[in-house]
Order: sequence, then structure tokens, then C-alpha cells
Amino acid sequence: MTSTLEQAPPTTPDRRTRVARFLADNGALVGLVVLCVALFIATPDFLTGRNLLNIGIQVSTVAVLAFGVTFVIVAGGIDLSVGSVAALSSMVSGWFFASAGLPGWLALLAGLLTGLLTGVVNGLASAYGRLPSFIATLAMLSVARGLTLVISDGRPIPTSPQVSFLGSDVGPVPVPVIVLVLAALVASFVLNRTVVGRSMYAVGGNPEAARLSGLPVQRILVTVFALSGLFAALAGLLLAGRLDSAQPQAAVGYELDAIAAVVIGGASLAGGVGRISGTVIGALVLVVIRNGLNLLNVTSFWQQVVIGLVIAIAVGFDVLRRRTRTG
Amino acid sequence: MTSLRSTATIATMTALVLAATAGCNRESSADASQPTVVLSLSTLNNPFFVELRDGAQAEADAKGADLQVVDAQNDSATQANQLQTADSASTDAVIVNPVDSDAVGASVTALNGSSIPVVAVDRTVTGADVASFIASDNVAGGKQAADALAAAIGGQGQVIVLQGVAGTSASRDRGQGFAEGIAAYPGITVVAQQTAAFDRATALDVTTNLLQANPGVVGVFAENDEMALGAVQALGDRAGTDVQVAGFDGTTDGIAAVQAGTMVATIAQQPGDLGKLAVDAALAAIAGDEVEATQSVEVVTVTKDNVADFAQ
Repeated sequence: MTSTLEQAPPTTPDRRTRVARFLADNGALVGLVVLCVALFIATPDFLTGRNLLNIGIQVSTVAVLAFGVTFVIVAGGIDLSVGSVAALSSMVSGWFFASAGLPGWLALLAGLLTGLLTGVVNGLASAYGRLPSFIATLAMLSVARGLTLVISDGRPIPTSPQVSFLGSDVGPVPVPVIVLVLAALVASFVLNRTVVGRSMYAVGGNPEAARLSGLPVQRILVTVFALSGLFAALAGLLLAGRLDSAQPQAAVGYELDAIAAVVIGGASLAGGVGRISGTVIGALVLVVIRNGLNLLNVTSFWQQVVIGLVIAIAVGFDVLRRRTRTG
Repeated sequence: MTSLRSTATIATMTALVLAATAGCNRESSADASQPTVVLSLSTLNNPFFVELRDGAQAEADAKGADLQVVDAQNDSATQANQLQTADSASTDAVIVNPVDSDAVGASVTALNGSSIPVVAVDRTVTGADVASFIASDNVAGGKQAADALAAAIGGQGQVIVLQGVAGTSASRDRGQGFAEGIAAYPGITVVAQQTAAFDRATALDVTTNLLQANPGVVGVFAENDEMALGAVQALGDRAGTDVQVAGFDGTTDGIAAVQAGTMVATIAQQPGDLGKLAVDAALAAIAGDEVEATQSVEVVTVTKDNVADFAQ
């Protein structure tokens, strides 16, 4: 619950403390800006309209995936299954369209519903089955990926026009960017403006206190994982739309990107802290690094080293900031 | 009491799940007279290995062998366990497609000890005996891809290379073959080499990024078809017109792209043939016949001219 106090604006701030406070609250944003300036200096190809749109498209999948994970991490859990659930949802959608002959928009809905259901299963196992969410979602990671392979027999399936639309453009604006903005607004609204969203902070901050104060902790947890599954499904459909096909090996390892994005964005793995805006910035940090390393043609062996270091530095600064503030 | 009851519940559940999966696996009930061959694949999460399995299955059916397929899900430890299970009296031969050539050595040594013949397919086994090693020639394929791409762009211009998972032998060999092949064309410069991890979605992003830095690119070589198709997606209308894309593997999607003209060439490994030859080698080894130590399956450059032979 400390987070809500921290986020409350100071009562009578003068200009300088407000700037200082903003910087302190947005370590990841400062990191992102530094990264962008460095890339702007290093290569003229970085700051072009087209490249920025590309970054917007590329960030959409990981960010939407990470929104769901934000709910889970705020509520004090972890969701390792989002990459597999994304793949399963797009594959189910593809199967309903290509093999079962369902209308495209129904197939799209079936994909979203798949994500929602797997999320509910995760939530039930975690809230009522008393499995640690790490284990429950690790199991789902394997089950969902396995089911994806069973449905697809290891082969890509073409997607419906409605799903492919998610990967296209409306005029000059890529649809994934529009979806990203809408998803961010919805996720932010849920987390900040709804009872269940505010309860997530309470549950994550101190589950026992939340229970004693009368919050339906178990129902909240199921909702949290259901939302995570739903956002994972949306991310999977976005990815499938961009590839015009549901891929059996889609989104392998994306759960780690999603978790990294949430943590870079300032959330605490201990629960109770986290914001959607932070997650957007965290996802942007990851994508901008990869984009920049491609533009600079850095060899693939070094890329992994650089990405790891940037994650460590980004999170390290954040930890340092919090320690100096509280200490 | 609760813990006892929940233990019982878990045990029952586990038994049920195992029984159900056993039912799935053994749908082709083994005939005692048929030789039993275990095919241990690195992964089935890849159309290439699915086609390899299908080729092996078809050959096993034709020759009247019982083929048991296990999937190691790209995990060396899982593969070791599966090979340990296969090391039993009911197994007559093992075909292994190693997750990792070094890691599989110990398991194959154990099979050697039980006198069960082992055939390696696609990747070799180090530190143990195999009756035969069956693979495509990836270096030669890389050279063929360089020639096909060079021909398509008239021996002039900038190209980019999409590399596979860093450090894998397939990526190394194909990359080496391509580099050797493209060196014969002084008019062509490789302006960027980046990894896209053999993955279509990653290749889409990486190609998009590389095109920003290198707008004058006229050719793309991808070390597998999945990445080539990602590049095609990134290029949009420019694929096959302004920019030529060459892939590797000859997967169903890759062949279709060559047919559609979005890819100029793919180097068809013939995974079905790999599987077929592996089953033949295993059966020959069971019968005690002479088996060639190394058998390479021809890789074929598939372009518009001969794509009809490969399309299904």
C-alpha cells in the first residue's frame, strides 16, 4: 500500500522538487531517453519517422503481453505462461477459422476466449489450489505449448482476415500501434480506476491484511490471472496478424521479455508496486535496444551481452533510487 | 488426514494422466514380429522435424517396422531420459537426432553397451559409436544459396544475412557456405549480418530494422525458411521485385513462397528423405547388413524453374 502513498502528488510542490520527484519516479523513462539520445548520435537511421513507427509495431506484442503480467506482478504473483498462452490462443483462433470453418470474427473471439480460460485455470490453481503461481503457470507454460503443437501438428496455420487486420495499417498508422494504445488505456483504467484494480495493489502489498480487511482475495487473484491470459491472447493474435499465420513456435521465451519489461518499468517482484505507463517504458527499452543493435550491426554474440547489461543497469538504478529515498 | 488424502488424489490423478498418455502413444499396437525402432527427435516444434518424422513413419510402415517417436523438446536432459527408457530389450534400434551432439554421447555409449544399433540423423553424435550418420550437406547448401541469390540480383549490390541461433552448427555451416559462395562475386557486398534465431517473428523485426540502416539492399539470405518468410513479410511488395530473398530448408511454406515469387530460392533439405534413410539404415543395422558410416542427403536449389517438382 506504500505505492499508493508514493504516487500521490505532493501537496504544495515548487517547480524544482516537482522535476526532481518526476525524475526519481521515472528512472526507466530517464534510461529510455538516454538510450534514444545515444542511438540518435550513433546512427542517422534511428530517429526517422519510419523507424519510430517500426519500433511502435515491434513493441506492441511484448507490451500487450506485459500489461497482463503487470496485473499479476502487482498482485504479488508471477505468470510464466503468457508466451505459450499467446501461441495457443492464436493457434486455436487459426484452427477454428481454417479447419472448423468458423467466421473470422468468431475465430478471433475464440482465440481471446482461449486466453481468458487458460488464465482462469491459472488463477484457480493459484488461488484455490494453493499452488505457488510460479509453479501453476510453469505447468501452464508446458501444457499450453504442448496443446499448440497438438492442434497444429507442428505446422503454421493461416489466420482469418480479421486477425490479419491486426497486423495491417489504417492509412499511415499501423494497427498494432492502435491496439497497443487502446490496450494500455484499458489496462491503466482497470488498474487505477476500478475496485478490482485497486484491490490488486492491496493483495500484492499484504495479502493477509487484504483478507482481514474483507477483500475477496481468491476472487481477485482469479480475475488477475484471467486478465493476464486475455492480454496474452491479444498479444498472440497481434503477432499472428503480423505474420498472417499462427506459428507453433510463436512467442517462445516472450514471458521473460514481458517480466523484464514490467520490472524495468519499476514494478516490484515482491508485489504491490507497478504501473502500466512503467511497463510501456520497460517494453520500449527492450525493443529500442534490439532495434539499435540491428541498426548498428552489432554481432549477435555481443547483442545478448548488451541486452542483459542494460536490463541489469535499468533495474539496478531503480533499486538504488528506492534505497536512497527510504534510507 | 488432509495431506494423506491429497497425496492419494495426486497419485490417482498422475496415474490417470499417465494411463491417458500411454493410450495416445501406443495407438499402433506393436506386433511382436516387427522390429521396434525408437526415433528420438530434438524437437517437434519445427516443421522440418515434423517432415523428418513423417518420412521415417512412412518408411517404417512400408517396411513393416514399429516406429516409436519421442520428442526431447530441445532439452538434452529430456533426451537422455528418453534414450535411457529406450535402452531396453524390446528396442531393436535407435535413431537419434541429438539436441546437442556432445551431450548425447553418454546416452549413446550406454546403448552401445546394450548392443542396440544407433543411427544419428541431421546432427552427429560425439564420443560414441553410431552405425550411420545421415545429414544434409549444409556448407554445400550455403554455397548453392549464394549462387542462386547472386544470379537473381545479377551479381551486383548489397545483401544482408539473417543468421540462425548463434553458435549452432546449422547456422555456422550455412553461414560459412554462403560466405565462401558469395566471395566469388566481387560486385556483391554483405552489408549486415544479424541473428534472427531461426524464428519468423524475430526475422520480421530484424529485417525491418536492417532495412532502415541499409535502404539499398537488393538481396537477403536467411539461414532457414522461417526467417526468409519473416523477411518477406517485412519487405511486403518489395519481396521478389526490388529485393530477392533466398532461404534454406525447403519447408512447405518456403516452397509455396518460391512458387508465389516472393522468395527467389530455397535450399531444399529433404527432411522426409533424412527420416526415410535413417529408418533404412536402422533396419539394415538390425539385420546385420553393412551400413555406410556417413550418408549425405542431397540438398537441392529450388527456384521457379523446378519448384513444381517440390510443391505438394
